[in-house]
Amino acid sequence: MSGLEASSNEALELKEEKDFDVELEGNSDFDYRHDPFEYLFYRDRKEWSDLAPVPQDDGPNPVVKIAYSEKFTDVFDYFRALLKNDEKSERAFTLTAEAIELNAANYTVWHYRRVLLQALEKDLRQEMRYITAIIEEQPKNYQVWHHRRMVVEWLSDPSEELEFIADILSQDAKNYHAWQHRQWVIQEYKLWDSELEFVERLLEEDVRNNSAWNQRHFVISHTTGYSDPAILDREVQYCLCQIRKAPHNESVWNYLKGILQDRGLSSHPGLLERVLELKETQCSPYLLAFLVDSYEDSLESNNTRATLNQAQEVCALLAQVKDTIRREYWLFLGRSLESKYGPTAAPQADAADQQEPS
Amino acid sequence: MGTQIKDVVIKDDAPNALILDKHADYIAAYGSKKDDYEYTVSEYLRMSGIYWGLTVMDLMSQLPRMNCEEITEFIKSCQHECGGISASIGHDPHLLYTLSAVQILSLYDNVQALDVDKVVEYIKALQQEDGSFAGDKWGEIDTRFSFCAVATLALLGRLDAIDVDKAVEFVLSCMNFDGGFGCRPGSESHAGQIYCCTGFLSLTSQLHRLNADLLGWWLCERQLPSGGLNGRPEKLPDVCYSWWVLASLKIIGRIHWIDKAKLRAFILACQDEETGGFADRPGDMVDPFHTLFGVAGLSLLGEEQVKPVNPVLCMPEDVLRRIGLEPELLS
Repeated sequence: MSGLEASSNEALELKEEKDFDVELEGNSDFDYRHDPFEYLFYRDRKEWSDLAPVPQDDGPNPVVKIAYSEKFTDVFDYFRALLKNDEKSERAFTLTAEAIELNAANYTVWHYRRVLLQALEKDLRQEMRYITAIIEEQPKNYQVWHHRRMVVEWLSDPSEELEFIADILSQDAKNYHAWQHRQWVIQEYKLWDSELEFVERLLEEDVRNNSAWNQRHFVISHTTGYSDPAILDREVQYCLCQIRKAPHNESVWNYLKGILQDRGLSSHPGLLERVLELKETQCSPYLLAFLVDSYEDSLESNNTRATLNQAQEVCALLAQVKDTIRREYWLFLGRSLESKYGPTAAPQADAADQQEPS
Repeated sequence: MGTQIKDVVIKDDAPNALILDKHADYIAAYGSKKDDYEYTVSEYLRMSGIYWGLTVMDLMSQLPRMNCEEITEFIKSCQHECGGISASIGHDPHLLYTLSAVQILSLYDNVQALDVDKVVEYIKALQQEDGSFAGDKWGEIDTRFSFCAVATLALLGRLDAIDVDKAVEFVLSCMNFDGGFGCRPGSESHAGQIYCCTGFLSLTSQLHRLNADLLGWWLCERQLPSGGLNGRPEKLPDVCYSWWVLASLKIIGRIHWIDKAKLRAFILACQDEETGGFADRPGDMVDPFHTLFGVAGLSLLGEEQVKPVNPVLCMPEDVLRRIGLEPELLS
């Protein structure tokens, strides 16, 4: 939904004049751009006088004149004029940069710029420098990242990507767009080698970074996988270590559950004991939730009243004390366990019958 | 051991009553104010902006205050030769705005104002070999666009135009280890994407492919002590997640897993008593986007002053009844 686009944008402020490193070959606009006191509107520039500016057609907008910034109006009036004439020129290309600076979310401007990049056979390396600068300014925008992807594809050159994305992530380690781009680059160009190391670095900085945990799963699933018991155990130990450092961490518990759930949470030797130990000193609602899931998993293969009682106790603790905001969920879980494993439960079908086709 | 939880604190003097009239006035006047720079720079999403405004007005039974004829003419002039619809005049067509346009015309019971066959053709052409959908000819792939495609086609009664099975397989390939969904396979679970994917699975009658308990738990974990909902772990609450998360929970039949009273209090606190409208969190600036999702969230919570809203399409239930569209929900 475009609403998701809006919510990830920064506030749309009028940007100050910014210098970015783009060569404007013999374009007299250059002088105007870099001296704000001498800025000339397009409507006053001799070399644009052949073009009739096209005012904004607001559609269902009452006749009241809106006081937008003059510069914004001027630039977009001329953008619309270029579009209308389907003009493919240097001056058009330069103007797209100005339009983008004023409104980087306007996807039509980006489309037009790409058309011009191809029609004018522009230097794509230069375009990489340009898009790098733009993303640094406005990293939470779908269009800028998609544009960068297109340029990387056209160049077939991902060599700058990992470092660039790392830089963006150093400013906001959870930037959703940055992570998508990173995943694309890694998969497309098979750049898996140092990614686990990168993830670990980020987790050192913020062990609660959910994006980094997601990336950990992404890297391992696509490389070694989790079926090797040594790898699985390594991951379990890693999780336990992180939990000890920062117990109140939804992501690590989600990850731990995620990597074990196919095998069964209670199948990993010694894990339940470690979790029970941690319960004494590093408890959290997530730990308790994991405990219930563990008990439930062991009930699948060995239904004992003792285990069921333990599970029920934890559900009650969560519902009444530790996670009351989710009371309804914990009560549901308790009831569900009772009906599945309690004395009145129907005889359990063979576990194999209950598996969904994958 | 004290841990700082990422959350907001609702002040004692935050709004705690629903001021619907102020919201209706805010939306009715939106775009006509002299100094509205925000309105201008959001031209690139105008079609969605209109959809947000009209839908919230209809939910508040105030739709007649908006100008049906002007809007219809505007939409007609946004349909391009390829059949797709743009956000505004002079902009390029895109699936996002194609959906918004069809939603608006559905409110007005006038989808025939468009060349429907061409819309269907446009959407069909955006489906990729792996079943996914590009947003437009430039090829960005995202599960949001899978949702836009099937929602638009469902409203037009033309879901058969695409390869539904392949579309489903692609969306399911975006299911993560935590039961959630991201924008592409491997992408981090995010409430907005989850809404799109559960909505998609509802429209294609494939909700049984979800692990509803697992996903429901992940979704109810979005609720923070303030009562508000965030979009993924360790993020701040935002009123729009009252929609993305809540609607998803409603679709999978687990809306009772969140604390409704606390959420309601959070949503109400996001109102601006002076200007009308809702902001992303208490005290921030309002906008139509958050206003729709605040009101729609309240509707899902059972607010009597607001019309029932459909959790899949975010449109009034009575509109969908008229169309004869009843997307599946889990109980």
